[in-house]
Amino acid sequence: MRRTPPERAADYFPIAYPAFMLGLFFVVPFAIMVAVSFFRRVQGGFYEPAFTFANYGRFLSVFFGEVLVFSLVLAGLVSAVCLLLGVPFTYFLTKLSRKAQVFWLVALLGVLSLSEVIIGFAWSTLLSRTAGLSNLLVAIGVMDRPDAWTPGFAAVLTGLVYQAFPYTVLVLYPSFSRLDPSLMEASRTLGASPLKAFSTVVLPVLRKTLIATFIIVFIFALGAYLLPQILGRPQHWTLSVLITDQAVYQSNMPFAAAMAVFLVVASLSLVVIVAALNRKGAGQ
Amino acid sequence: MSGLELNRITKRFGAVAAVDDVSLTVPQGTFVCLLGPSGCGKTTLLRMIAGLEEPTSGVISVDGNRLNSTPAHKRDFGMVFQSLALFPHLSVGENIAYPLRIRGRSSSEQGARVKELLELVHLPGIEQRAITQLSGGQRQRVAIARALAVSPKLFLLDEPLSALDAKLREAMQVELRQLQQQLGITTIVVTHDQREAMSMSDQIVVMSEGRIQQMAAPIDMYRNPANSFVADFLGQANLIDAKADGPDALVPGGRIPGLSLVGSGGRISVRPEEVMVTSREDAPIHARVGFIRDMGASIEIHLDSEGAHYVVVASPQARPDCRVGDTVGLTIPAEACVVFESGRG
Repeated sequence: MRRTPPERAADYFPIAYPAFMLGLFFVVPFAIMVAVSFFRRVQGGFYEPAFTFANYGRFLSVFFGEVLVFSLVLAGLVSAVCLLLGVPFTYFLTKLSRKAQVFWLVALLGVLSLSEVIIGFAWSTLLSRTAGLSNLLVAIGVMDRPDAWTPGFAAVLTGLVYQAFPYTVLVLYPSFSRLDPSLMEASRTLGASPLKAFSTVVLPVLRKTLIATFIIVFIFALGAYLLPQILGRPQHWTLSVLITDQAVYQSNMPFAAAMAVFLVVASLSLVVIVAALNRKGAGQ
Repeated sequence: MSGLELNRITKRFGAVAAVDDVSLTVPQGTFVCLLGPSGCGKTTLLRMIAGLEEPTSGVISVDGNRLNSTPAHKRDFGMVFQSLALFPHLSVGENIAYPLRIRGRSSSEQGARVKELLELVHLPGIEQRAITQLSGGQRQRVAIARALAVSPKLFLLDEPLSALDAKLREAMQVELRQLQQQLGITTIVVTHDQREAMSMSDQIVVMSEGRIQQMAAPIDMYRNPANSFVADFLGQANLIDAKADGPDALVPGGRIPGLSLVGSGGRISVRPEEVMVTSREDAPIHARVGFIRDMGASIEIHLDSEGAHYVVVASPQARPDCRVGDTVGLTIPAEACVVFESGRG
């Protein structure tokens, strides 16, 4: 492998292929979307080239503002719950035998292979009044009568956490399994209880991984558009649902594009802020 | 009694006994090395003392107090790990202050203690540095300082010097020993390096296959190994099968005059530096020189005789006049021999 910085044009050759693929499948479509966001919609038709800020203007309303805030809060909550569940899960997973670890990782990959539609309808059945989990609780006497837990905010959150959990564990796993177990043991011999050792050594050492995982799950949850529709009421719909609605059902491409651009900008700036806070925290 | 006491400690992992019925007493203020090849159970024993493993059976006590059910964080022992286990997210000062912070000491007390400890390990003024900015030897000292921060009753070190290069390791052996004597702290070091064990400890405990083979002061163990395993592991040894022959012992290539054995014979051990090479025709043993390793400060001569192998270490002053292929005479003094599986007559 080369260790010197590239000097001639030919030195960039190894990255030509990834650059080409990234350009063709990411930069070009994104540029088209940005362009479309300034186009004018043709009623009953599609759209025509123009340069108007009307699509962005329409977006600046209390309604869309609330939807944006709801989407960001929901994505943040999904990330937080995934980390709260995923960090202990992954930590204990790395303490299991090799065989047991492989079993759990394969099981988690299995969840990833499920389609979002199937996950959505499975949860909507599980949380329903007629056939759901509450019937089980009634049977063992915890509840008086079955209750409908869907549609609702908790159902949307549950569905999204279920879907994002495998990603959380798979992103956390490499760092957790590489963590030197003697760090935890050293902390114990120096007087820290297991919980204290975990919070003063394991979590700070893995801070970068935790933040990276938070961002990945956050962006994943921000893009969810099926589960909020299946498991939530209209007030639980995210910006992604509205974008899909505008693009697919209302045929308003320019407006959908404007909202999509806005969502990208909003989530990118959040990532930048978190990364900056992280650097500042690490610099202390 | 004061000090550490291990009473019939056994640790099983499934069907394997990693530590098998070990009893050991370490008096207050002594420096003990657990020495043995990898897999002999010495690290498992140390981890049980630290509270990181629980013994399957047996009792661990310090100053007469049973410790088995005390968790590691309540034992107040200092431990240095093989990987050092310095916390990468904390600076040097924060690493050393960690046990004090956990115990809720004031920050001024923490600062004063960190300063004192860094002076103790000859690294004053590096509180602010990151762990990644330190050399191997510096990391070693910081790990030692951190383990000593709360003035532990017991100082445990697991292969502490194995990551250092040979020269630095020798210097650290001396330093660690001086530090231990200065503080008078009861210290247990696990090592597979017999030179390290010889140069640091008051007592060496040689282990093999989970059992203690011998416990003795270094020079006593070197002169009087309890069995052929100890003789071979602690320094070099000529392990020779000998037969009784009246007042003498018969060995491959000749005899050892004046070494009378009980019964038919046994195994004897003699240190390479005790064997003398002579060119005299009437030498009691004759052997053929197979290899000469001249290392400047000493000369090692490997010889073969009747299928047996002898090693002689000579000083440059006594430089024996021989070449590979020569047949030379060997003299083994009877008083330098240790006899196993038999006795002296």
